[in-house]
Amino acid sequence: MTIGLRIAFLPLTDAAVLVAARERGFAEEEGIALDLVRTTSWATLRDRLVYGQVQGAHMLAPLAVAVTLGLSQQPAPLAAPYKLNVNGNMLVMACDFAKALEPVIASRLADPLGTAHDFAAAIGLWRRKPVIGVVHRFSSHAIMLRYWLASAGVDPDRDVVLRVLPPSLTVEAMHAGEIDGFIAGEPWGSAAVEAGLAETVAIGERIWRRGVEKVLAFRESWLEENPHAVDRLLRALVRAAAWCDDPAHRDDLANLLARPDYVDQPAYLIERALSGGIVARAGEPPIVSPDFMLFGREATPFPWRSQALWIYSQLVRWGMVDHDAATATRAGAVFRPDIFRRALADSNVPMPGASMKLEGAVASPLAVGSRRGELTLGPDSFFDKRVFDPERIDDFLSGFAPLR
Amino acid sequence: MRIVIIDDSGLRASVLEEGLHEAGYDDIHIVPPRGGFVARLERMAPDVVLMDLGSPSRDTLEEMLTVSRALARPIAMFVDQSDEAMIGAAIDAGVSAYVVDGLRKERVKPVLELAVRRFNAFAKIQSELDEARSALSDRKVIDRAKSILMNQRSLSEQDAYALLRTAAMNQGKKIVDVAQALITASDLLGGGL
Repeated sequence: MTIGLRIAFLPLTDAAVLVAARERGFAEEEGIALDLVRTTSWATLRDRLVYGQVQGAHMLAPLAVAVTLGLSQQPAPLAAPYKLNVNGNMLVMACDFAKALEPVIASRLADPLGTAHDFAAAIGLWRRKPVIGVVHRFSSHAIMLRYWLASAGVDPDRDVVLRVLPPSLTVEAMHAGEIDGFIAGEPWGSAAVEAGLAETVAIGERIWRRGVEKVLAFRESWLEENPHAVDRLLRALVRAAAWCDDPAHRDDLANLLARPDYVDQPAYLIERALSGGIVARAGEPPIVSPDFMLFGREATPFPWRSQALWIYSQLVRWGMVDHDAATATRAGAVFRPDIFRRALADSNVPMPGASMKLEGAVASPLAVGSRRGELTLGPDSFFDKRVFDPERIDDFLSGFAPLR
Repeated sequence: MRIVIIDDSGLRASVLEEGLHEAGYDDIHIVPPRGGFVARLERMAPDVVLMDLGSPSRDTLEEMLTVSRALARPIAMFVDQSDEAMIGAAIDAGVSAYVVDGLRKERVKPVLELAVRRFNAFAKIQSELDEARSALSDRKVIDRAKSILMNQRSLSEQDAYALLRTAAMNQGKKIVDVAQALITASDLLGGGL
């Protein structure tokens, strides 16, 4: 019997796995008729999920935690049994602003810590408090940007203006001079670079290697009541993700995503994030960054609880939620490795033995304990070399110098 | 009660504004979601904000509601979270509403219901307009096919139309599709008009 599922998404390159699952038969093979609902704001995506207009959503991981904790309009317990990708963000700033930074872009991107300090110095030279677009208060982008700025002593709530706007309006806002730069998922950074409005200042992959990005979120109650549908969908997505990672399918995938009913941007711009060949300044050759955006390899989809807790630690750090043990537990429980294991029990997907790990502790590819097959975890380090121990959130938080 | 409609479709906003006026609300403002609309909105200090659910600017608005000092109290999307029928109707119609906390729900509910009705009415007008537009272009295609037939086969206008209609019926197609095929064929054969 075919199961009909509606899943909301935003027009972004990292909706790729859902699009491939629908368009290349992976969902159908599992008996799922997948209906993808294009949505233009995170608020509407959230409302469609919370009020049951869709069963699942392509959601910013921090937003799933925030909705569960009641920080974003109507509180609702959400559950994320699958990560749709890691990495894939890029901070771009107006070309004039970037003049105060390291001019050789490859060096600039390779040294996020140095660039953060250059950025701090550039703030004072700019004609106003730099206005940086972020896609949502509870986005991986905003959290990563805050983390990066603070490493150089920049207080993101005082020294810059963070302005929320949807990814699809970022380029227009740059053009109108309403913002001086933005951090967003692809292809929007590339679109601004291509238009000659901005150049790349940092890429997410160099700030937190394999940093958590979009998850597949469900209402927790729906997830518990529909194990069959969830398991079938996850099996379809794992195969779709492997297909998306395969360089042989890149052109096909870029063309699919370029369609007006998906991202509606030129395929050559979308292809940059898929291949990791990022053009950081208009007219320059691409800077190769093979891990720019991952979908399937290295157990990318596995929802490590420690990653939900890292997100929580950042919400606490920026005063968005009060810290207590019960809240931390609720935040961690949004990620559901148990469901991932159940769904893929009979597959050949290598399965991590643990549900939590030290985040940032893997500096080079590491073979780890797996229930089945070989599993190598890619480097997951933060650019500042910090390590997050999910059992010791307080210690981690007290390690950050207070910003004046 | 001050109501602000955030909308960049002039027609939809007017349809809603008119309905609200008729229902006796007179403090209504329309703000397009462009540039510094958030600052404008803040100065207006509305009691109710109505916005198209499909507008990409909802995240910007919500952020303002989160951090704004002018609207210090939190704002809820739907007045009565327990009224699932109302929520469903609002989402189906594409209405999102933000209401100053503390405003009595019996005062706001009629506004929301009216917004839902008016948004639905607008959607209907929109689809009728689309239909009218495509009817107009269909008419042009059929006229061109008719004149090809009239010239090539020396038919009267009436007979040309009858021929198109018969061909459409025999092939189980729409007249406009048969007419389009005829025009294409005629263009390819170099006999176009």
